Amino acid sequence: MHTYNLAHLKHLESEAIYVMLEVAAQFEKPVLLFSGGKDSLVMLRLAQKAFHPAKLPFPLMHIDTGHNFPETIDFRDILVKKTGERLIVRTVQDSIDKGRATEEKGLNASRNVLQTVTLLDSIEEFQFDAALGGARRDEEKARAKERFFSHRNEFGQWDPKLQRPELWNIFNGNKNFGEHFRVFPLSNWTEMDVWQYIAAEQLDIPSIYFTHEREVLKRGNVLLAKSDYVPLTDGESYETKRVRFRTVGDMTCTGAIESSASTLQDIINEVAAARVTERGARTDDKRSETAMEDRKKNGYF
Amino acid sequence: MNEDTNREYLDMDLLRFTTAGSVDDGKSTLIGRLLYDSKAVFEDQMEAIEQSSKRKGDEIVNLALLTDGLRSEREQGITIDVAYRYFATPKRKFIIADTPGHIQYTRNMVTGASTANLAVILVDARKGVIEQTCRHSFIASLLRIQHIVLCVNKMDLVDYKEEVFDRIVSQFKDFASRLDVPQIEFIPISALNGDNIVDRLDNMPWYQGGSLLYFLEHVYVGNEFNHVDPRFPVQWVVRPQSREHHDFRGFSGRIAGGVFKKGDEVKILSSGFTSRIKKIHTFEGDLDEAFSPMSVSFTLEDEIDISRGDMIVKPNNTPHVGQDIDAMVCWFSDTSKLQVGRKYVLKHTSQEVRCMVKEIRYKVDINTLHKIEDDKEVELNDIARIKLRTSKPLFFDSYRRNRITGSIILIDSGTHETVAAGMIQT
Repeated sequence: MHTYNLAHLKHLESEAIYVMLEVAAQFEKPVLLFSGGKDSLVMLRLAQKAFHPAKLPFPLMHIDTGHNFPETIDFRDILVKKTGERLIVRTVQDSIDKGRATEEKGLNASRNVLQTVTLLDSIEEFQFDAALGGARRDEEKARAKERFFSHRNEFGQWDPKLQRPELWNIFNGNKNFGEHFRVFPLSNWTEMDVWQYIAAEQLDIPSIYFTHEREVLKRGNVLLAKSDYVPLTDGESYETKRVRFRTVGDMTCTGAIESSASTLQDIINEVAAARVTERGARTDDKRSETAMEDRKKNGYF
Repeated sequence: MNEDTNREYLDMDLLRFTTAGSVDDGKSTLIGRLLYDSKAVFEDQMEAIEQSSKRKGDEIVNLALLTDGLRSEREQGITIDVAYRYFATPKRKFIIADTPGHIQYTRNMVTGASTANLAVILVDARKGVIEQTCRHSFIASLLRIQHIVLCVNKMDLVDYKEEVFDRIVSQFKDFASRLDVPQIEFIPISALNGDNIVDRLDNMPWYQGGSLLYFLEHVYVGNEFNHVDPRFPVQWVVRPQSREHHDFRGFSGRIAGGVFKKGDEVKILSSGFTSRIKKIHTFEGDLDEAFSPMSVSFTLEDEIDISRGDMIVKPNNTPHVGQDIDAMVCWFSDTSKLQVGRKYVLKHTSQEVRCMVKEIRYKVDINTLHKIEDDKEVELNDIARIKLRTSKPLFFDSYRRNRITGSIILIDSGTHETVAAGMIQT
């Protein structure tokens, strides 16, 4: 006699597919936020599974800060071409040129916060009423409290104290005109789950997740990649190290780690032994104790 | 890790548990301790809370800061919202729903409990079983949680005395005899010092049981899903607009109960037509059988009109079909009361219908479990037995039999807020 028991990763997969189907059914114009990073690659695969053998009933959208790693952008374009899905790209540069956003100044200036402006403008431009994102609750303490279906008011803001209770697997996507939802099918996944899934599904990932030689700059505890967007200050200099990235955000705020991991298995081993969270190398979260909550309240991912 | 340990990782099962206790019972500290001792806390998180504790002038590192993430929680030193935490041991992966203990946040406890298989309830060894302990246990029982672990915390503050623990155990057993929970376990702990959380320390030689983590790793939870009554709520109809799949019409959803096999005779609700399962499709290829909670899509032998909200079942095992619903509801709204005669939007599996409240039969005193029949004002955090009439038939089971096909939520059609959670009684 065999048992009807689903292992946890299959369980998470089935839950995420369920959530994606709910989004397709409950909303008029959903969109899948897609950066080419590992979480969004898992999201794309799950969406393909959910709607197989049809194409996705929604487009992908990338909010491009213009400060991304070129490797990620190349990878994104090749992958999208291969899948034949629709990709919308909206750029922060465009928002700055139109006077909708103002570039930050100073040593650690980043376009991370400005993405919010471009994201909200794009949601309005296309009248999207649900944006699927790959955020996970294990990433950050404010995210740990967010719902699968996370309501945004007409200003795109999140109110952590007015969240709708979310029971069983019944999702309430009802809303007033002009409001929208952010939906997070990977809420219950951990970094390790994502890597194990990538390995099990044999997904391609951008090369910067693997070890490579790169000129980096050590600022505080963070190793930043050499780029035009991170100016050197007095006393700083580049050194060449064998590094890789655990997340692929902007070059201005995504820190590298020294690593020799050249295969998915190496990465999994490294994640298993890691003593620092994956966002530990992100300077955007370190601006204050509640940096993520504050950005999310304003409409950040 | 190597290929073998990867396999183990992929084969691990999942335990979802909720934690409850009243203010200052040390819930967040307990979770912080579980995460810390099972090495799920990272150095940068630890550093951040060490600094934060220091800034506040705390003498010891406040592990509660690991879970209290929102600004106002950190300011007030309390937990406001359900926080979800994750950790894994080589045996299992765990999802914790950490729910606040304040009276006004009962709705969060219900929320956390709705997806949990097990509840860890804390009591303060100095205070023993109090009203809130009873309330939390009742909610766990109401939400059909099969296992309760009563952790008697702060044993260090009562000199680790066995009599104190024994007294609380018998107090709780007295109350719990009126609950519908198959398994109740008692563990004396000190979250602060780590006694009996992950390891058994030497402070309570009289306690012969295992640590909390040991129990969480070994408790049997295979019965979480119904594998008896086949239920497949249709979420979405897949119709590829391509030449290759021109005639493909797949019905997608997550199996809410039972097992479906290729070739099975099935009945479609609401139409009542029958057909056979032609294929069970997944991205990886076709399956011979699928069971709850898998997400799959079916194609059928016959062309039948099926859309979202319909349910595929077996002709010899059908759910209740009807418009009169008897439910136990927990009321969530702080701006409106439950009103007889008022209409709400009701969500049940993939159906969304209108409903009207026909009758409030009684309220439940959640401290004594007595029925209150003379006061029928149902306000925030009240639990009441009500009768509803829906605009269309629902296909449902009793909540006791199936958590998925037995649960509903009510939505205020003006504000779109979720105002109630309901468990169907049959």
